[in-house]
Amino acid sequence: MTTRYTEDHEYIKMDGDIGTVGITHFAQDKLGDLVYVEQPKVGRKLAAKEDAAIIESVKAAAEVKSPVDGEVVEVNEAVVADPSLVNTDPEGAGWFFKIKVSDAGAVAKLHDETAYKAMIA
Amino acid sequence: MSEPVSETLLRTPLYDLHVSLGARMVPFAGYDMPVQYPLGVLKEHLHTRAHAGLFDVSHMGQLELHGPDAANALESLVPVDVIGIPAGKQRYALFTNDAGGILDDLMIFNTGSYLHVVVNAACKTQDIAHLKKHIGNRCEIKVRDDLALLALQGPGAEAALKGIATGEVPATFMAGGRLLIAGVDCLITRSGYTGEDGFEISVPASQSEALAKALLAQPNVQPIGLGARDSLRLEAGLCLYGHDLDTTTTPVEASLTWAMQKVRRTGGERAGGFPGAGVILGQLDNPSTVKRKRVGLKPEGRAPIREGVELQDGARNKIGVVTSGGFGPTVNGPVIMAYVDAAHAAVGTQISAMLRGTPTPVTVVGMPFAPHGYKR
Repeated sequence: MTTRYTEDHEYIKMDGDIGTVGITHFAQDKLGDLVYVEQPKVGRKLAAKEDAAIIESVKAAAEVKSPVDGEVVEVNEAVVADPSLVNTDPEGAGWFFKIKVSDAGAVAKLHDETAYKAMIA
Repeated sequence: MSEPVSETLLRTPLYDLHVSLGARMVPFAGYDMPVQYPLGVLKEHLHTRAHAGLFDVSHMGQLELHGPDAANALESLVPVDVIGIPAGKQRYALFTNDAGGILDDLMIFNTGSYLHVVVNAACKTQDIAHLKKHIGNRCEIKVRDDLALLALQGPGAEAALKGIATGEVPATFMAGGRLLIAGVDCLITRSGYTGEDGFEISVPASQSEALAKALLAQPNVQPIGLGARDSLRLEAGLCLYGHDLDTTTTPVEASLTWAMQKVRRTGGERAGGFPGAGVILGQLDNPSTVKRKRVGLKPEGRAPIREGVELQDGARNKIGVVTSGGFGPTVNGPVIMAYVDAAHAAVGTQISAMLRGTPTPVTVVGMPFAPHGYKR
């Protein structure tokens, strides 16, 4: 399973052609306590960098963008019911949605963990 | 209200303490202030409502007005009964301009020998100039930038204070006096801006860190940042100057007529005689001339609706705007303050907030959103 990162602090964790998308620990820390999550609909086709989920923290509104082109195949209802999951376990139970990735090559072009860590250092 | 980062930020006397406690510092009104501590905004808010929170509000301006004519003089700048504030009592007031707009909101405490005044950080320079210009020849105005200001707020505030105070703690809301706290001579009032019971403590800057540490050492007292201060005051239905109040809003439009005692209103013994009195008393006497009102709103959904969001009626006409909005941790949902056209200001009126381009149903509700815990 490979994980790649965007400049907007999303991650995409690949399992075959299905990518699990969420925000990084760095992003949740910057946003502060999340209080609201609105997920994209299953079946929605997303372009890379398109706003997919809407999130609101105690401080501000933000979006979770799709890291690459794809179609939403599953959303995590648990973070809608309890947005604090994104703060406590952003790269585990606090994931947002899964997409069927159109082009695996686009994923490979995103930052790997080393490059992402260098970016936020 | 954030300033450019390049600007040199001022620091309160508690800056080092904030950093040592792990605060995240942000620019606010020209000061480098703690927006949150490691506990985080949500838990800081809930902790304050359940126990006690300690806030550094030293960025606010503290002034003293001395002299036999001080109360008379200050009364000429506010639509409030200042002369009638008993010794040992505090009162909320507003500086108004000639158009009836609000220049700032403030607290006035009558020590018995002088008036202690607290004004907003962002307004203090202009407030001081305003006071000097209009009443500088009638009383002595002392700017007390040698004082820090701490707020201890929450149902546990009294117990925490009594743990280290020597003497009588002010017994009721808005009462105050001098008190020895952890060996430091302080001016204390039973007040604050969270909707909770609590105290504001004016203390010499040089002794403020020791006092803050002594308060934080009491059981269940946590340091609380500006983030939770904002959600606490919003849930309490309290206005934030520059957002819910400004020079274009009158006290009547701002639904602050409770702050204007009868004696300053039409028919009162000292009616008028403050800037904008014609406009403000005109609105009070002829309510039908008031075009808009500050109201509370509650949305149906859980999405927070923030400052600047447009409000519309059923026919998609713009009828108002959100001036403060966010998530209320105690009510566990979104809370909103807004100005709406008077025709839509009655409690129970349903209107729409344009949330990300989509009309979202919201209902006008009474405030506060979370019940006040003041000790009357």
